[in-house]
Amino acid sequence: MRLVLLVAQKDLLIERRSRVLLWQVAPFGLMTLVLCGLAVGPNASTQAKLAPGLFYIVMTLVALLVINRTSQLESSRGTATSVQILGIDPGAVFLGKGLAMFIQLSIVGTALLAGTTVLLHVPLHAAILTLPVLLLATATLSLAGVLYGRIAASSANAGTLLPALALPAFAPVLIAGERAFSSLITSGPLARWVWLLGVALGAYACVGLLLYGALEES
Amino acid sequence: MTVASLCDVVVATGSFPLLSGVNLTLESGMTYLITGPNGAGKTSLLRLLAGLEVPSRGSGAVLGFDICSAERRELRRHVGWLGHETSFYPDLSPTENLLFAARTTGADADFIPSALERVGLAHRAKVPLKSLSAGQQRRVSLAWLLVRRPQLWLLDEPFASLDDEGRDLISQLIAAAQSSGATVVLTSHGALPAKTNASSIVMVGGRIVESAS
Repeated sequence: MRLVLLVAQKDLLIERRSRVLLWQVAPFGLMTLVLCGLAVGPNASTQAKLAPGLFYIVMTLVALLVINRTSQLESSRGTATSVQILGIDPGAVFLGKGLAMFIQLSIVGTALLAGTTVLLHVPLHAAILTLPVLLLATATLSLAGVLYGRIAASSANAGTLLPALALPAFAPVLIAGERAFSSLITSGPLARWVWLLGVALGAYACVGLLLYGALEES
Repeated sequence: MTVASLCDVVVATGSFPLLSGVNLTLESGMTYLITGPNGAGKTSLLRLLAGLEVPSRGSGAVLGFDICSAERRELRRHVGWLGHETSFYPDLSPTENLLFAARTTGADADFIPSALERVGLAHRAKVPLKSLSAGQQRRVSLAWLLVRRPQLWLLDEPFASLDDEGRDLISQLIAAAQSSGATVVLTSHGALPAKTNASSIVMVGGRIVESAS
């Protein structure tokens, strides 16, 4: 657990120094949300109806940026070798990077959720109630992101390979998150979507703990 | 005492061999100089000794760890590595990089200030690594070796991109490692400073063609 926290602390310190989240990722997410509102048109009820889907599409795009950024931290050969020489437990690296990514995505996700209430007329109570579901979806995206980021990082074309690899894997998370959010707006069934997100989170945690070491070595 | 022994080791990328049938024994407390033309396999041999390459054939052990098994990861924690690329995280300062390395490996972080002082970076200990020159960034890696005090030092072209002062520093550190009983393996294109006594290993085309004391 100590190693997990050290790896997460290191990634967050690098983010604090570079301010990529604050000055690039968050503005990108908010601008995309504004564009979605403009594309849907001025009808408030239509915007509210489509808001959950639009919100999770924006979240997915934001996640891709954060994953790409995080996986680039160790992309240079010198840095990769230095980190390899430390011989840190790969499970701790996987969970630590996932934790750092989760914290970053949660901050941006909460800001975007607040944005949906203003820009897409989502009822405030639905936005507040969906926050725990958003955190669950964010945790899943983070663990999946660390895995796919690692796979893509070994390619010379990591920036373009990552979306092609990750988007199909993110689809179930996007669908479950969107349905859960819609259910909170329309008072529909919620449990099955939360359950699906929980299963996906558990599956990615298990796969990551098993495979991350092999991916680092490859 | 034998620090490393390699028997008929082959390392390949796809079908391209980086090392072919390498047999080598390294003794404790000795210094070895690997020379050879570009593409001879010098860096690959160092990476193999560090547990960073996986042999596709042959067998070997370094510091008692089997380099053909998952013990490679454990081996890495016991070797000191100085590559010729920029090391560690460019957005973090030398102190932050070394603190991260020390905390994750269990090394004594109390040595960090004195190590940075020794390599002449005390005054730049808190600026981001990316704002340092290439030579200064290599000194941070050297400082890590001083903090870690490894049993096996693996130095890839240690005198490259360093000024006279930097070269003197490396020579002093190699001498200090020798006197502490550590084994030092380094690669070089050119001649070493006169003070450095080393056994020569000559490589050509991924093979060791000459190995003499």
